[in-house]
Amino acid sequence: MATLSLCGIKKQFGATQVLHGVDLEVAEGEMIVIVGASGCGKSTLLRIVAGLESATAGIVRIADRDVTALDPAQRDVAMVFQNYALYPHMTVFQNMAYGLKIRRMSAPDIRKRVDDAAALLGIGALLERRPRELSGGQRQRVAMGRAIVREPKLFLFDEPLSNLDAKLRVQMRAEIKRLQRRLGVTSLFVTHDQVEAMTLGDRLVVMHEGHAAQVATPMEIWSRPADTYVASFIGSPAMNLLGATAENGAIRLDQGLLLPLPQAGGLPHGQKLTLGIRPEHLLPGQGGLTMQVELLEPLGSETVVHGRLPDGTVLTARLPGEVTAEGPMPVILPWDNLHLFDATSGKRLPVRAC
Amino acid sequence: MRRDASAYLWLSLGVLVFAFPIWLTLIGSTHDASTIGRGDAPLLPGPLALENYANAWAGTGGGRIQGQPAWLMLVNSGLMALGIAVGKIAISLISAFAVVFFRFPGRMLAFWLIFITLMLPVEVRIIPTFQVMVNLQLTNSMAGLIVPLMASATATLLFRQFFLTIPREYVEAAKVDGAGPLRFFRDVVLPLSVTNIAALFVILFIYGWNQYLWPLLIINDRSLETIIVGLTKMIGNGDAQNEWNIIMATSVMAMLPPVAVVVLMQRWFIKGLTETEK
Repeated sequence: MATLSLCGIKKQFGATQVLHGVDLEVAEGEMIVIVGASGCGKSTLLRIVAGLESATAGIVRIADRDVTALDPAQRDVAMVFQNYALYPHMTVFQNMAYGLKIRRMSAPDIRKRVDDAAALLGIGALLERRPRELSGGQRQRVAMGRAIVREPKLFLFDEPLSNLDAKLRVQMRAEIKRLQRRLGVTSLFVTHDQVEAMTLGDRLVVMHEGHAAQVATPMEIWSRPADTYVASFIGSPAMNLLGATAENGAIRLDQGLLLPLPQAGGLPHGQKLTLGIRPEHLLPGQGGLTMQVELLEPLGSETVVHGRLPDGTVLTARLPGEVTAEGPMPVILPWDNLHLFDATSGKRLPVRAC
Repeated sequence: MRRDASAYLWLSLGVLVFAFPIWLTLIGSTHDASTIGRGDAPLLPGPLALENYANAWAGTGGGRIQGQPAWLMLVNSGLMALGIAVGKIAISLISAFAVVFFRFPGRMLAFWLIFITLMLPVEVRIIPTFQVMVNLQLTNSMAGLIVPLMASATATLLFRQFFLTIPREYVEAAKVDGAGPLRFFRDVVLPLSVTNIAALFVILFIYGWNQYLWPLLIINDRSLETIIVGLTKMIGNGDAQNEWNIIMATSVMAMLPPVAVVVLMQRWFIKGLTETEK
């Protein structure tokens, strides 16, 4: 069992700085999900942990051992690749056994480990097949099996679910989580899918342009996003962000509405702010803003209402039940659920309007 | 139906055109020397098949122009063709592996140097090559016959292109599994290349078998004569009657090994040219 610790990881490809110093401490048995838009450096970070890429600066420690200069094989990690990377000319058994064979494990031991892992994953009947005779979900399992048999200190998942169809993805997601719990192996999981991230991770690392924008539990990230990027990236539909200005202990929205939030008192007069509110927190009712409804998306239990404020700002609301609103619809912004960010830095302001 | 019929007609005509010379050779090898010598071209088998082939095989029927026994020339040709095919494949596999999977200074330069030699046919570099072989005292030897024909830009290029289609993840998975480069080469690259190797083997074996100019230059010891060269030497310069029946029997025997290679490797060959196993 291991802890992973990253310290000031930087990576440069030529003149392009991909990672700007990432720090991360992973506790034993924890499942950390690295999430971010494409090109944010999340895969590079994972590859640096695996040893497939070398960091320009920084230290990688696995189980308190500095592995920065070691080869992938010496780091005792196992990786599940996006396209599974199963060797096409080997049977499932040979694929799973390959890493053990190279480590010169005896044949009966290999047999036992592979059989155990196959039973755990429910692929015992497939051991003599070749990868091309398997379905996507089965290949996914074999790729997992190949990682499990190694009994590594660290599992690395590089978007392993993105090649599966939606239904299978949900199923495999739950399975991976169960498996990870059961085996208790520290894991690093890279994905661009925020739902995957929220459901799988004990903690999330939201990456943005080579920085770890926030490292926290899924609920904390959802309820207290560290900056406007995290706020808009996590949660669906995305959080509404409105321009605002601090005004004598209150907050005036660009739309003219004055919110006399008591906690805004500490803000210097005239500071530019961004006010965030999640669509599900908007309530219909007089006394707030009026949105012009443009599109309704009924989802059964709730309806997503897309609209615009009079000055053209897009506003999205998620209302329970069926909504048949058309034309102007008044909404109120409950103070409890407002998020305040500094408009220039995008950082969350310590005062939470509650 | 009509289109089918005319298609068959044209195809049959094509087969006739291609097969006719071979048929003539086959028939010619069953008559006596004077039948063909007279200018007759019989179309039906004669009575002397066994005798002609036995003479050609043992080299006893040459009359005034004594040829080498066909079995010896076949062995020589076979060794040369095998050596060239195996050597070329081995060298190209390894060099393509180096060019594709390793990062080293001058990698692209090395690749382009290999690539440029594609533009030079054997004939262009034949004089310097001959000089080198003389200096190495490899004339009149099997090594001299094989080595200069072994380095192959074409095969290297072919394998390079194939290796480029091997997903990077295989390399990375192997690294995480702990396989070193040579282990990866043996356990992953080689098995994936099997169909390509088979296809190339067929092409290169025939290329080697049909070599004429180089064996003619480098060998004057007749015990090392290849069958293609030996065959042309059996055709005299006009002051004696050619033993056409023996020549034709030898030709037929010279055709058989390449045919055998194609037939045996056909399955792999077609697979290698059409599908990539992934």
